[in-house]
Amino acid sequence: MSATVEVLQPQELDRRSELRPEGAGDRKRRWIRYALIYLILIPGAILFVGPFAWLVSASFQRTGDIFSWPPQWIPQDPTVEGYAEFAQTGALRWFANSAFVATSVTVLQLLLNSMCAFAFAKLKFPGREPLFLLVLATMMVPPQITMIPNYLILQRIPLFGGNDLFGNGGHGMLDSYAGLILPGAVSAFGIFLLRQFMMTIPDELLDAARVDGASEFRVYRQIMLPLCRPVLAATAIFTFMAAWEDFLWPLIILSDPGKFTAPLGLAMFVMKNQTEWGMLLAGSVIATLPMVIVFMIFQRQFVQGVAMSGIKG
Amino acid sequence: MAVDTARPASRTRPSGPRRVPAARRPSGSRPSPTRSTSLAGRMGRAWRAYLFLSPGLIVFSLFTVFALLFGFYLTFHEWNLISQDKPFVGLQNYMDLAEDESFLKSIVNTFYFTGASVPITMAIGFCLALLLNQAIKFKGLFRTLFFLPQVTPFVVVAIIWKWLYNGDYGLFNFYLLKTQLIREPLLWLSDQNLAMPAVILMSVWSGVGFSMVIYLAGLQGIPHELQEAAKVDGAGSWQRLWNVTIPQLAPTTLFLLVMGIIGSLQVFTQIFVMTKGGPVERTSTMVYYIYEAAFKFYEMGYATTLAFVLFAITLVFTWIQLRLYRKADL
Repeated sequence: MSATVEVLQPQELDRRSELRPEGAGDRKRRWIRYALIYLILIPGAILFVGPFAWLVSASFQRTGDIFSWPPQWIPQDPTVEGYAEFAQTGALRWFANSAFVATSVTVLQLLLNSMCAFAFAKLKFPGREPLFLLVLATMMVPPQITMIPNYLILQRIPLFGGNDLFGNGGHGMLDSYAGLILPGAVSAFGIFLLRQFMMTIPDELLDAARVDGASEFRVYRQIMLPLCRPVLAATAIFTFMAAWEDFLWPLIILSDPGKFTAPLGLAMFVMKNQTEWGMLLAGSVIATLPMVIVFMIFQRQFVQGVAMSGIKG
Repeated sequence: MAVDTARPASRTRPSGPRRVPAARRPSGSRPSPTRSTSLAGRMGRAWRAYLFLSPGLIVFSLFTVFALLFGFYLTFHEWNLISQDKPFVGLQNYMDLAEDESFLKSIVNTFYFTGASVPITMAIGFCLALLLNQAIKFKGLFRTLFFLPQVTPFVVVAIIWKWLYNGDYGLFNFYLLKTQLIREPLLWLSDQNLAMPAVILMSVWSGVGFSMVIYLAGLQGIPHELQEAAKVDGAGSWQRLWNVTIPQLAPTTLFLLVMGIIGSLQVFTQIFVMTKGGPVERTSTMVYYIYEAAFKFYEMGYATTLAFVLFAITLVFTWIQLRLYRKADL
C-alpha cells in the first residue's frame, strides 16, 4: 500500500485518499462540509459588507431619511445632496491634501529608504555596522514617543513659518505640509526590508556593471532599483495607505482647516457638526474610495506584501 | 550601453565576474573591483556610500535619534508649552505618574483592550483562513470582503461604527430589538460597562482581515507532505489541525501576536472619534491620555514621560515574546 502512495502526486493523493473509503457516501459528506463552510462564510461576509452597504446607501439619502426607523437599505428618495453640500464646504481640499501628502511621503520614502538600503547592503564604508544597528534599534520605538519632541522640533525649525535663524518667533513647520511630510520621509523598517532584499542580489551582477565603467549611482539606479521592483511596489502601497490614513500626527500639528488631511477633516467634522450626517457620510465614502481602488488594482502585490512583511518582519 | 549587457540576472549569475570579457577589464586593475584594497579606492567608495546615506540619515537623525534624546531630556523637566521657564525637576515626572490615578486607569484600560481584542481578532482570522484555504468557490471574493475594513480609512470605520452604536437610530439596536434579543435600546458608547466592549468589537471587525491574510500565507507555506503523512497515518482532520497545522503556524501566530500587541497598546483613533475616553475614563487608553496631557494641558515633559512608560511596556512585551520565539526554536 505504501508503495502506491509514494508514486502518486500530492494533489492526486489528496483526492484519492479522500475518496477511498466509500464512493457516494463520501461525496455526500463533502457536500455537507461545503454547505457548512458557506453557512459560516456567507453570514460572516454579510457582517463585513453590511456596514459599508449601509454607509453607501445612507450617503445618498436625505438627512431626515438617514434617521428613519426602520433604517432604509435602499434609498427611497435618492439624492446627491450630501455630496453636493460636502463639496461646497471646501472639504474636497482635504482629499487633495491627503493625496499630496501621501504621494510625497511615498516617493520620498522609496527614494531615501532604497538609497540607505543600497549603501548598507552593497557598499563598504567605515561605521556601516554600528549605523545599521542604530537603524534597527529604532524600529521598535513607537511613534508616540517621538511625537511630542518632534512637535517641539518642528516649532523651532529655523527660517520657516516666521522663525528667525535661531528658530524663534514663529510657528516653524507646525501647520505646514513640510511638517506633515518630512518626519515620515524615511523609515527604519523600510530600510531594513529593502536591505534584506538587496543582500540576496549577487555582487557579481553589480561588479559587472562597475567593470564596464558604470558609476555607483548608475549601478543603483539601473541595476539595483529594477531588481527591487517587487519589494518597492509592496512597500509603496503600504506607505501610501499608511500615510493616507495617518491620524494622530496631522491632528497634533495642524490647526488650519485648509491644510487638513481627509481623516483629520472627517474627524473634526464629526465633532463640529454632530447633525450633518448626510455630508459626513458622503465624505466618508469619498475618503474610502481611493483606498479601495488602490487595493483593487494592486490586490496581488498587496496581499503578497502583507505576507512578505509577515514572514520576514 | 555596457550596463545593459549585465542586466539579465540568469545569464550573469552562475559564472560571476569570470565571464566579464578580458578586453573590457581596465588594464592593471584586479578582476573584481570590490576587492580593491588600496586606501584611495576604499575611501572613494566610502565617500560614495555616505552620499547615498546622507539624505535618509539627516531626516532619521533629526526626527528619530535626536527626537528620542530630546524626549528623554524632556522627561526631567516641567516643560509647559505655554509658560516661559521650563525648570529641571529631576525625577518628579516619574514620581507623579506613579500617583496619577487617571494614568493608571488608562494602563488598565489599554490592557483590557489589548487582552481582549488581540486574541479574538487572531482566532477569527485563523478560522476564516482555514475556511478560505479549502477548495471552495468565490474564495477570492470572500477574501476581499473580509479584508475590506482593513483598506478603509480607520476614521471612516470609527464613524460608521459610531453610527451603528447610536442609541436612538443605530442599526444594532434596531436589529437587536427586532429579534427581541434586548428589550430596551442599549446606549453602547455611553454605558460604563458597554463602552469598552463596543470599542473592542469594532476593532476586531476592522482587524480580522489582516490576521486572515497572514494566516492564509502561513497555511500555504505548510509543506503538503506533512498533511499527507499525517493522513496516511490515519489522523482525522481535527487531529491534523491540532498536531500539524497549528504547530506549523506557530511563527505566524507569534508574529501576529507581537504586531497585534504593539498595535493595540497604541490604540487611539477609535477612542478619539467614538468615545473621547469616556464615559468617566472607561475608555481612556494610554495614548489617548498622553495626547490629552500634551495637547490639552500642554504638559510636554510629563506627557513624554508617560510615552516612555508606554515604550517600556512595549519593550517588555516584545522581549517576552522574542524569548518565547527563541525557546520554541522557530
